[in-house]
Amino acid sequence: MDRRSFLARSAALGCSLAASPLVTPVSFAATPGDARLVVIILRGGMDGLDVVAPYGDPDFAALGRPGPDMNGDAFDLDGRFALHGALAPLRPLWQAGDLGFAHAVSIPYRDKRSHFDGQDLLEAGVAASDAPLPDDGWLNRLVQHLPGASAETAYAIGGEPFRILSGPAPVSRWTPEADLRLSPQAILLTRRVMQSDPAMAAALESAFALAGRDGDELAFSGSPGDMMAAMRDDMMAPRDRNRPGRVLAEFAGAQLRDAARIACYSLTGWDTHKSQERHLPRSLEQLSDSLLALQSALGPEAWGKTTVAAVTEFGRTARWNGTGGTDHGTGGAMVLAGGALRGGRVVTDWPGLDDGALYEGRDLRPTRDLRTHLAWLLHGQFGIGRSTLETTVFPGLDMGSDPGLLL
Amino acid sequence: MFDPVLADIRFGCGRSPRIAAPGSARELLAGLTAPDRMAHIFPIMSFDAFSRDMVASAHTLGRIRHLTRGTEAEELAIDQIRRLKRNARKMQSEWLVTHVTRRVNSQTPLRERLESFWADHFTTRGKTNVLAEAGSPYVESAIRPHLAGRFDELLIAAVTHPMMLHYLDQHASAGPNSPQALKYPGKKGLNENLAREVLELHTLGVDGPYTQTDVRELAELLTGLAFTTEGGTEFRRPLAEPGPETVLGKSYGGDHPARLKDIHDALRDLARHPATARHVAGKLAVHFVADAPNADLLRAMETAWLDTDGDLMAVYRAMLGHPAAWDPRPGNAKQPLDFIASACRALDIPQYILGKRFGIALLQPMRLMGQVWQTPPGPDGLPEADDAWLTPQGLAARLQWGFTIPQALLGALPDPRDFVETALGSRAPAEVRFAASAAETRADGIGVVLASPAFQRM
Repeated sequence: MDRRSFLARSAALGCSLAASPLVTPVSFAATPGDARLVVIILRGGMDGLDVVAPYGDPDFAALGRPGPDMNGDAFDLDGRFALHGALAPLRPLWQAGDLGFAHAVSIPYRDKRSHFDGQDLLEAGVAASDAPLPDDGWLNRLVQHLPGASAETAYAIGGEPFRILSGPAPVSRWTPEADLRLSPQAILLTRRVMQSDPAMAAALESAFALAGRDGDELAFSGSPGDMMAAMRDDMMAPRDRNRPGRVLAEFAGAQLRDAARIACYSLTGWDTHKSQERHLPRSLEQLSDSLLALQSALGPEAWGKTTVAAVTEFGRTARWNGTGGTDHGTGGAMVLAGGALRGGRVVTDWPGLDDGALYEGRDLRPTRDLRTHLAWLLHGQFGIGRSTLETTVFPGLDMGSDPGLLL
Repeated sequence: MFDPVLADIRFGCGRSPRIAAPGSARELLAGLTAPDRMAHIFPIMSFDAFSRDMVASAHTLGRIRHLTRGTEAEELAIDQIRRLKRNARKMQSEWLVTHVTRRVNSQTPLRERLESFWADHFTTRGKTNVLAEAGSPYVESAIRPHLAGRFDELLIAAVTHPMMLHYLDQHASAGPNSPQALKYPGKKGLNENLAREVLELHTLGVDGPYTQTDVRELAELLTGLAFTTEGGTEFRRPLAEPGPETVLGKSYGGDHPARLKDIHDALRDLARHPATARHVAGKLAVHFVADAPNADLLRAMETAWLDTDGDLMAVYRAMLGHPAAWDPRPGNAKQPLDFIASACRALDIPQYILGKRFGIALLQPMRLMGQVWQTPPGPDGLPEADDAWLTPQGLAARLQWGFTIPQALLGALPDPRDFVETALGSRAPAEVRFAASAAETRADGIGVVLASPAFQRM
């Protein structure tokens, strides 16, 4: 159906197109289907054993960690695991089957435990080796295999470079920090001086359009001093603001309601070497805030077609260290959410926590490559074939059996 | 041909209201061999001093922390480590201010541009504790002294520098038949990282005439390169693969115990290789002149390289002597540091102001423009292609800077009608002159000049 006959039909049905909740202005753009994927990179190494605590494991108490506060906000998931109290606002999602976890997972990276290498590998989607990393990231390789994908299909949101979306497929990058406010006349004059340079003029129009879509208008008619104050506020790094998780999710949600199908952003603050009981809840609040903001920004229709995967470069040591925290480890947890998820479960081949079970006697032993879960998500959400996933998107991966993550 | 305004914009750090443009290509080049006044007036710590002072302290504190685990003394050590890191980060920010200030004040601005080019060609990044903040000391010690020398000297200085050995894991590499590997089987072994990047990035180029066997042989030849905090780079024979190794058909070492000289010999041969001349001279042309440079310009630079065994002054002279280098049409997009520093030079922003406002004026906006300071995306450094920089987000950040930061830094802004002359001179297009005069506020007038393609391109 072309646009004209659609309009005619809508009119014939007597409904106002603009008022229809199913039609947003950009939804005429070609998109590769309705499924949506959000990847949240938890930079710094999230402690899976604290977030999804295996409190039912008989060896858990011997690790010297504080257990989940079952008299407080922490809640039991399945008799084996309890969710950290700081994620209590997500309880309704868990009960609705829109939240789940994969445990004892990691990327194929062992022993050196460097954030730098680990995040690079997580985003490149390859196993550690002496060979140089590929230039492109696995999300970009996914976009290359989505029929009908355009530069609007995938968004990297935030100031950092995002190896995960780098590569030949055109994608969009934006950060709510790069918000732009100009006086109406400055907008006109800038357009005018750009006319001689088509490449810059095109980038300018996209920048103006994006700046007007992230919550506040491009044109600003306050005094120059007000404008500067507003822009300075926008330019502050999101981690310095109170609620980066919410800001990033709201922008992601707005794009995903339109033409975007893939969005990626990161949350920081997981490197809890010290005073973990004080620091981890702050990061978890960001995560919980972010997931709820995504759900609300997407609305029920789009949320129902969405999967969110929050992944980290490695887990942390099984035992508490001498400074009330944990050091860089290996296996950890992956947070899954979304209306498309078959949630309410902790998916794991649990390795146990006794001395012999721990990896190198210190870390949770990973029993599954977290890329296999990502690959099954891509298979289910976007219909990407297994051989493409195992050779191109995640080269060298054996996806193994289907964990059945999706509805 | 030569145009003083274009000389400042394309081969310098932009125009200055205070410093005259060079009168000729000869004068532009002569600046490179003149005494380095900027380094003298606006100093940056040498890498040796940084290593002896900061890195050694970090190691000592780390050892103390380890030995005092679980005691109160550990808390003290942790606190000292945190202070040391904070101090190192502060030094790193101050050095960014220094780099920009040199660009604002230099009468030999081509030196600053070449420093950035070669620092990027030999990209490194500290991966642990305070080495992450050692980027400027590395450039000051390994790159800047060699800008006007021969490429082989620069290559050896950069490739065998502790920062490079650390970044590309060379110090951990042991020859498969080295004493160390034989003593600790399965624990110590070969790492090809540096060898591969030397061939692919630093010398021959990815299309160069080398094979995986050359990578492996060069990796074996490079074994033994290591460093200490106190003494810098050293050659450790217990790590070295007994020779000989054959790289590009030529054999190095073998008739004597492994030694550093064999590594230097191989690097010198690579520096003179025709593929290196083509790759590296080509990259210079791409960086300074255009994403797709004129073929005759490339030939002239390559020939100068081969005729002089990689005398960089001869290669620069060939570039600046070629008419294609002076094509009056707008050239490459400025990279974020180029953009911000040239705006600071045109506005003549003093060092103390940049020092006070480095976060909002330099670090944060550069990150939004796509250049996270001294945090390169990989060993291949920053992209050269214009479209990597002229993204919607990158451009938005440039506009955001141009329309607001000058006013945030300076009490009184210049008249935009004068500023358009200062910043662009005879290259100011009519529509930019018009926009500067039509803006409602001085801040908007400055902003629209800085936003214009004539300013954003070199």
